[in-house]
Amino acid sequence: MSEPAIQLSDVRKAFGQNQVLRGIDLDIPAGQVTVLMGANGAGKSTLVKVLCGVHSADGGAVRLDGEAFAPATPSEALRAGVVTVHQSINDGVVPDLDVASNLLLDTLASGAGTFLKRREMREKARAIAAAVGLEIDVTRQVADLSLADRQLVSIARAMAHAPKLLILDEPTSSLSAVEADRLFDLIEMLRASGVAILYISHRMSDIRRLADRILSMRDGRIIGTFEEKPLDYSGAVRAMLGHEMTEVDIRVPARGKPVMEIRDLVLREGAAPFSITAHENEVIAVAGLVGSGKSAFASVLFGLEPPVSGEMRLDGAPHLPANAREAIRAGVFMCPRDRLVNAVVPEFDITENITLPFTRRHARGSFLSFRSERGTARRMISDMGVVCQGADDGILTLSGGNQQKVMVARWMAEASRLLILDEPFQGVDIQARRDIGRKIRETAPARGTIVFVAELDEALEVADRILVMSEHSVVGDHRNENIDVSAIMAEVVDAAAARAAGQ
Amino acid sequence: MKQGPTMIDLAIKFGFLALMAGLIVFFSITAEGFLTPFSAVFILQSVAITGILALGVTSTLVVGGFDLSIGAVATSALMLSSYVMVVWEMNAFWAVTFSLMMGAFVGFLNGVLIVKMRVPDLLATLGMMFLLIGAQRIPTEGRSISTGMALPDGSIAIGTFSQAFLMLGRHRIGDLVPLSVVFLILIAIAVWVFLELTRHGRLMYAIGSNAQAASLAGTNVNRYKIVAYMISGTLASVGGILLAARLGRGDVASGNNLLLDSVAAALIGFAVLGASKPNAFGTAIGALFVGILLQGLTMLNAPYYTQDFIKGAVLVVALMFTFALSGRTGRGRI
Repeated sequence: MSEPAIQLSDVRKAFGQNQVLRGIDLDIPAGQVTVLMGANGAGKSTLVKVLCGVHSADGGAVRLDGEAFAPATPSEALRAGVVTVHQSINDGVVPDLDVASNLLLDTLASGAGTFLKRREMREKARAIAAAVGLEIDVTRQVADLSLADRQLVSIARAMAHAPKLLILDEPTSSLSAVEADRLFDLIEMLRASGVAILYISHRMSDIRRLADRILSMRDGRIIGTFEEKPLDYSGAVRAMLGHEMTEVDIRVPARGKPVMEIRDLVLREGAAPFSITAHENEVIAVAGLVGSGKSAFASVLFGLEPPVSGEMRLDGAPHLPANAREAIRAGVFMCPRDRLVNAVVPEFDITENITLPFTRRHARGSFLSFRSERGTARRMISDMGVVCQGADDGILTLSGGNQQKVMVARWMAEASRLLILDEPFQGVDIQARRDIGRKIRETAPARGTIVFVAELDEALEVADRILVMSEHSVVGDHRNENIDVSAIMAEVVDAAAARAAGQ
Repeated sequence: MKQGPTMIDLAIKFGFLALMAGLIVFFSITAEGFLTPFSAVFILQSVAITGILALGVTSTLVVGGFDLSIGAVATSALMLSSYVMVVWEMNAFWAVTFSLMMGAFVGFLNGVLIVKMRVPDLLATLGMMFLLIGAQRIPTEGRSISTGMALPDGSIAIGTFSQAFLMLGRHRIGDLVPLSVVFLILIAIAVWVFLELTRHGRLMYAIGSNAQAASLAGTNVNRYKIVAYMISGTLASVGGILLAARLGRGDVASGNNLLLDSVAAALIGFAVLGASKPNAFGTAIGALFVGILLQGLTMLNAPYYTQDFIKGAVLVVALMFTFALSGRTGRGRI
């Protein structure tokens, strides 16, 4: 076992009332690939940002090669030897410059001298590229390169700092299989040269190929370390998704008539077709890893993307909305994920946020009836138990959980045929999660309901029926009674096995 | 939990209005004749055209856009309405109709460039500005339009500005209130009602604040953005028509300051009542503020060439009120 290059003890970080890191203890040894797994909102990105100097921790200690390490800025972290390659590739390169300038960008930015020495730069750049086995013409514009080459350029640039720790945040998320292979070769080479690598990914194939150890993260803590060979992949996933028996007692009611019938739906080229029917008085939860096609499924139902093929029928009539507006008109509502990006209107108060999709119902002609809006807002605030001083509080004055309640209230204020909730429990505290879950179940009888969840616990808490998605298809369908959690886990982790079992 | 308003809250909310009140008091003491109906009317008249343009800019600011072409649209409307009457020898109705249609069409083009072709708003409207500045000079080979001018084909233009048209810019109700001021007030009220009281205004604010959220809530974001630019173009052409009616000739050199003045008024409007966002009432107050300042300084015999400097200084102070003091995120991108 090699020396830990970096050691974290009891690292904490909160944003307002929201505790994101609740005491992280972890070691990342040199010369190994440590994979970090965690569902959305587990705190992975925050942890990375603490390590690379974007955020500073509220408490705890980080030691890099035995010395205290608390970078105040990203460039300080870089100089200390912590190099990060971010998920979105273009964060790591400047597309309008050539490869040589990109490789030397950090030296340029730290600024010795004013004028560029082209020839010298090219030679230095070639040396840097060669050091990581990157064969590329350094005079080319980065904008002309493939995604994989850009990725490799940003890693090569990072390696020029002779890093002690290399952090890769979902580096393969936009690469093809062949491109990913080139990246893996490079990672293996770096591992052999003794760099400590922290690799964040949801792709089981990547993890199987690279991982020396796996850490599972959940709710701001490391809750599982797996390092004995052979690695226990399903154990790691189980730890990440969590399945402590929940206190919520679900009684599966008799389901009503079919609302949404889906036949042979194909979400992307090459994915297996699937058929599902959602009924009235039935809450369906859809579980699966990031990238398993949950978002694509939600997008197709709500008209944001067309399916490759297949048929959807809403109350017997064909359902193929061209956009969100048509979906809403047909009675299919969606409360989207990432509320601050997709849902919250920051300059609006609670009332205006709730009535946003249905201003027509609160207007005579074109003129808004403020009284009607306020009535709806007050009703929804008390229904959902939103903690606030009044309906005219600015939305950003609320805590995350209460903001989310308002976003769910927005779509429950009017009757729908099918209500889609995409990760409604993201970034909310446990109490808000219970409240929202209860409300979803209470209002379910008159419509179909599909909830996309990040963690299995959430599904167990809210659903009558749990679907498992993998590789852009539905691979499991379970009634939420005496449920076999390990069977679901197996499906989540291993699509091929699940498909065989499901047939 | 609710605390009383702090000094900073009060400064944000009423700072600008207090500043304006102070300015009025100051000028009425120092400048003789400042506090008279005549002076008030003069101020209103001086801000009428820029105020109307500023209300148009406000509608584009509301959807998170910006319209740099308003000044050029106004001068194009000025030239077009003159051309219609003087060269085509048509009446005031057609002069106004053609100009309004031109303004709406330019706004539509701006909107399409921005939402369909994905050209950034500042660049699209900047391009349109240059295009219009050039285009309005082609028919007359760069000369101003007036009765008796020589046309490129050698003939003489014999059309005249109709009396009805000139009334738009020169008539005074009861020999006191100019018609253009009435237009300003009516348009300000109409824009305020549209933005604050109708669901369309609400949705436009939603688009400006979070377009993605508005779209996922079923709002036709592209259509509302195009409408915002059409409002801006149309109001700019109204400003151009009023300017033509006041001048009585198609003067190529007029309207240089329209863009700067109206954008300043709309941005100053952010600070009024601590709105921190574009709003019709604030824009009207912003225009008035600039008008009062300039009128007062003129009456105190401040030289004309200091005016732009003072306007710029006021704008910078107003933006400070909006963005720094309020500490809210505001709209970073302007």
